[in-house]
Amino acid sequence: AAVSPAAEAAELRERLRAVKHTVLVLSGKGGVGKSTFSALLAHGLAADEAKQVALLDIDICGPSIPKMMGLEGEQVHQSGSGWSPVYVEENLGVMSVGFLLSSPDDAVIWRGPKKNGLIKQFLRDVDWGEIDYLIVDTPPGTSDEHLSIVQYLSAMHIDGAVIITTPQEVSLQDVRKEINFCHKVKLPIIGVVENMSGFICPKCKNESQIFPPTTGGAEKMCQNLNVSLLGKVPLDPQIGKSCDKGQSFLAEAPDSPATSCYRNIIQRIQEYCDQRHFQEEKII
Amino acid sequence: FLPERSNLAGVRHILLVLSGKGGVGKSTISTELALSLRHSGKKVGILDVDLCGPSIPRMFRVQDNNVHQCDSGWVPVFVDQDKSISLMSIGFLLEKPDDAVVWRGPKKNALIKQFVADVAWGDLDFLIVDTPPGTSDEHISTVEALRPYQLLGAILVTTPQAVSVGDVRRELTFCKKTGLRVLGIVENMSGFICPHCSECTNIFSKGGGEELAKHAGVPFLGCVPLDPQLSQSLEEGRDFIQEFPKSSAFPALTHIAQQILDGTSQRSS
Repeated sequence: AAVSPAAEAAELRERLRAVKHTVLVLSGKGGVGKSTFSALLAHGLAADEAKQVALLDIDICGPSIPKMMGLEGEQVHQSGSGWSPVYVEENLGVMSVGFLLSSPDDAVIWRGPKKNGLIKQFLRDVDWGEIDYLIVDTPPGTSDEHLSIVQYLSAMHIDGAVIITTPQEVSLQDVRKEINFCHKVKLPIIGVVENMSGFICPKCKNESQIFPPTTGGAEKMCQNLNVSLLGKVPLDPQIGKSCDKGQSFLAEAPDSPATSCYRNIIQRIQEYCDQRHFQEEKII
Repeated sequence: FLPERSNLAGVRHILLVLSGKGGVGKSTISTELALSLRHSGKKVGILDVDLCGPSIPRMFRVQDNNVHQCDSGWVPVFVDQDKSISLMSIGFLLEKPDDAVVWRGPKKNALIKQFVADVAWGDLDFLIVDTPPGTSDEHISTVEALRPYQLLGAILVTTPQAVSVGDVRRELTFCKKTGLRVLGIVENMSGFICPHCSECTNIFSKGGGEELAKHAGVPFLGCVPLDPQLSQSLEEGRDFIQEFPKSSAFPALTHIAQQILDGTSQRSS
């Protein structure tokens, strides 16, 4: 029997009742570091053992999160209360289509409606339990996955979106569209992160702008569009290496300039979420 | 009753540029391949089916151009007086460049069908189809719409690290399942040579693309290094192949084009 949209929304609301904060990680552009950032945000927030963190990967075609979290090859288990997330730490659980595929060569060649169905299942059928932070990693673009996640999560409170970019105009032109998408669907923007912001040669220490900010980079764009710039993170070969190994870059390279940038950004996001929580409590 | 001459009837070779992964350089490779082929005297078209993030117009400095209609459909945008490179992209159809195209699958599919059937390309040696990342609506629709035509095959672009290669493996499966011939794999952003001291740093690791090609039994088309002059050219819509023959990415990019040319002359003989 078909479930009415109202009943569906009620079902999702019930399931996600115990989620305190939700952050979407978006970008109009591919390959700018959404998954990298989502993984580091998850690790950063879960460093506080008292917090329960969930990382949901809704990139159905290119699920990077399992590898980045060192969970490749893991499978999802069913229990009486639904699907179990795969746990990295006791307080850090992960869900991705990657866990449903039996081989690294398996391709998910689905049109929009089928992708939407799986995203709904991820929200409805996963037994997340009580969560302080739900981080949703998204694929690039402004299409089915993005419309669906905003729609399905409208039953609950999304704190906001973190938008990732790189400095060059080729990225920014897509990211401006993503910012417009957020305005269109009334999704608050926590701020923008500029990744791959310069490279310092390990030998001669000179800086190169491999992805040049020919139109002023994220800084100028944020000024023009009146959104916060959360930070600019430089390129560091260790970032890619850690992702490939499934390790936290923050733990592996604590002295890297990129690490302190990421930590500052994570703190700002935490403060943003706490402020909203405080504001809501005041209203109550 | 006269049968309509298909808009693709004058196109000799059609090739797709794919990747499971975003941001690896599909549009970059499409652009540089077109420029290299043009320098070898070929007439080239680029069909940009990335509807959410159309990068191609800016890479040729024609992002402010509009598209016009003719009897047989849409006239592609010519990059210069020469008319040796022509483009079609949703970028030309947007009223404002920052407008987001927030469409679900069916609407995207409809436009892609139009893009394939209704652009009056005329006579082309090569039509390069630049795609968005993934294995979804755009890819399924594009391959379906192109099926009746001479599809040369697909170039797959990856960056060296495992996270990218992981997605590109799935794209290889897509090619297998849809009967798309894989012309080869390009490993982009493969190493960075510091312009100050010439030290090479493998910012995004090294070798993953080459290994994947070997593992999958497909040709390896080469490693393209990170090159700030290439990024700058793309930002400014310049002809990198013409203006920067001494730059670090030049040999690899022209080598890719040469392999494509060699492949097509082999097929005709």
